[in-house]
Amino acid sequence: MEQLLDVQNLKIQFRTGEGKLSPVRDISFQVHKGETLCIVGESGCGKSITSLSLMGLLPANGEIAEESFIKLDSDELTGKSQDELRKLRGNRMSMIFQEPMTALNPVFTVGYQLREPLYIHQKLSRKEANQKAVELLDKVGIPDPKKRVKQYPHELSGGMRQRVMIAMALACKPSLLIADEPTTALDVTIQAQILDLIEDLKQEMDMGIIFVTHDMGVVAEIADRVMVMYAGEVVEIGEVEEIFNHPKHPYTQGLLASVPNVEDDEHTLESIPGTLPNVNEKIEGCRFHPRCPLATEQCRKQAPPIFHVNENHTSKCWLQEEANINDKSTTTS
Amino acid sequence: MLGLIVRRFFQLLILLIGISLIVFMSMHLAPGDPAAIIGGPTASESDMEAIREDLGLNKPVLVQYFDYMKGVVQGDLGYSYQTNQAVTAAIITRFPNTFNLAIASMIVAVVIGVIAGIISAIKQNSWFDLSSTTIALAGISIPNFWLGSMLILVFSVTLGWLPVGGLNAPFYTLEGMKQLILPAITLGTASAAMIARMSRSTMLEVVRSDYIRTARAKGVKEKSVIWLHALRNAMIPVITVIGVNFGSLLGGTIITEQVFAINGIGRLMIDGIASRDFPVVQGTVLLVAALFVIVNLIVDIVYAMVDPRISYE
Repeated sequence: MEQLLDVQNLKIQFRTGEGKLSPVRDISFQVHKGETLCIVGESGCGKSITSLSLMGLLPANGEIAEESFIKLDSDELTGKSQDELRKLRGNRMSMIFQEPMTALNPVFTVGYQLREPLYIHQKLSRKEANQKAVELLDKVGIPDPKKRVKQYPHELSGGMRQRVMIAMALACKPSLLIADEPTTALDVTIQAQILDLIEDLKQEMDMGIIFVTHDMGVVAEIADRVMVMYAGEVVEIGEVEEIFNHPKHPYTQGLLASVPNVEDDEHTLESIPGTLPNVNEKIEGCRFHPRCPLATEQCRKQAPPIFHVNENHTSKCWLQEEANINDKSTTTS
Repeated sequence: MLGLIVRRFFQLLILLIGISLIVFMSMHLAPGDPAAIIGGPTASESDMEAIREDLGLNKPVLVQYFDYMKGVVQGDLGYSYQTNQAVTAAIITRFPNTFNLAIASMIVAVVIGVIAGIISAIKQNSWFDLSSTTIALAGISIPNFWLGSMLILVFSVTLGWLPVGGLNAPFYTLEGMKQLILPAITLGTASAAMIARMSRSTMLEVVRSDYIRTARAKGVKEKSVIWLHALRNAMIPVITVIGVNFGSLLGGTIITEQVFAINGIGRLMIDGIASRDFPVVQGTVLLVAALFVIVNLIVDIVYAMVDPRISYE
């Protein structure tokens, strides 16, 4: 598969009253065309900030550190000016957000908000843009789109509004769609419809999707690959079957163990003890070790590098080094 | 929308009846006899009785009230005890001065207030924000009579750029505009300060909202994000402040009209109160109350135009 997005050593810094904080440190990942990468992790682990930083939408006191490198197709995004990034936003990369109820501007019609990216990026006339807006609403499954374009957001339900958001994001046929928990605020039935819609549109437009979520059920539904984040770091990346069937990092294992299972009567729900450390909390060694049931002396002293499980699967855990050594010794002996 | 206007019209009627009753009664209960003032210090008791008879002041208060209201319904607000001029005519000649002054002050207030408030918000904690909020606080605290006198001292007496007072040239002439500048700044400063503070706080809230992030995510230019997407939302609460301020400017410019010697409604009212000129006071108070209600109605209509979520059906 062709590579679409390449992120290397992404580090995000915030200037705050307590000095510089880095909620995201040294993360690297790739997204390919037609692929869905799910970013999972607890609230506050840095997954939303990561997606906002790709769009160039960090809050005013946030910035991407100099050593970071982001490339979309053949364009290097790091080092681009705000205005150059703006021309890419809503055009070659788009984003949909968690709260459909507040993500649309209440004082403009749905039609106006849909036409806006078309005016900006494709310089369409009002008539062409309106035609396109109706088509887009139809495409995302909104009945009676001609009437809907004239309505205001408050006249639409939450599911409808999220469809409008999706239509807006896809107006200029972006190659990368970032979805930040787009179904978290919706009913389960609507959630499934929205996931199906995103999946269909991905197939049709051959987009790469970054899907941020903390819901493992959603991950199982739509992910091709999964990236697990913990306290601003990537702890494990792999294909979805690998992550679900053979999770390597103790944190991923913990996440999966804390998903309820209705089919298995024997299944007991487990939680990961402790809470996510603060952004400015200094932790020596692996950042997960205070909560890790398998932590060793080495974990407390030295942060683990990234170890390969196989070609497409990595884990940032000392246990993986051990496993790799054992593997080698069994194959050689 | 029509329903709202009709409903408000009836509210206005009830309000005006209530206000007229209160003003009428309080004027008659207040100490001071208009007959004594009209007759002067040399008038005898029988002269005063004749004056009372002439003005109908010897009738029971309620009867006087109904007589008065009969006239009001026909547009006749009675005759001034002092000048014998019809009150309606006095109001018609003086209202344009007050109205022009109120409009000019509101232009000053809205332009300065909204722009300063918004720049303050988008450059929060900058030197501009800091000085603008400080000036706004001063603007609210400084009394009109002092500010007016100081402006006259600097721009009229010392520099000689603008006239000391008066408002007699039409507002569209250069002379008329020159006459309006200082009183408009005097009156507009407090409103500008209030509008600036309100704009700043609502704008701060709006620029952090999800739909502003959505606009940026679509690639909307930063200028349009602020002046199109954010401004219209931020203005909704500011419109209320503008309406209330405009309403009180239309009736409450007494001090500024005094300082700048402008013949407006405020001076008419204050002169009426000083000389126990009941019809003048009643007429002007009724006018001010009616204007206030009408301005509020206009605010409600503008609301519905700016915010599609508001409907009066």
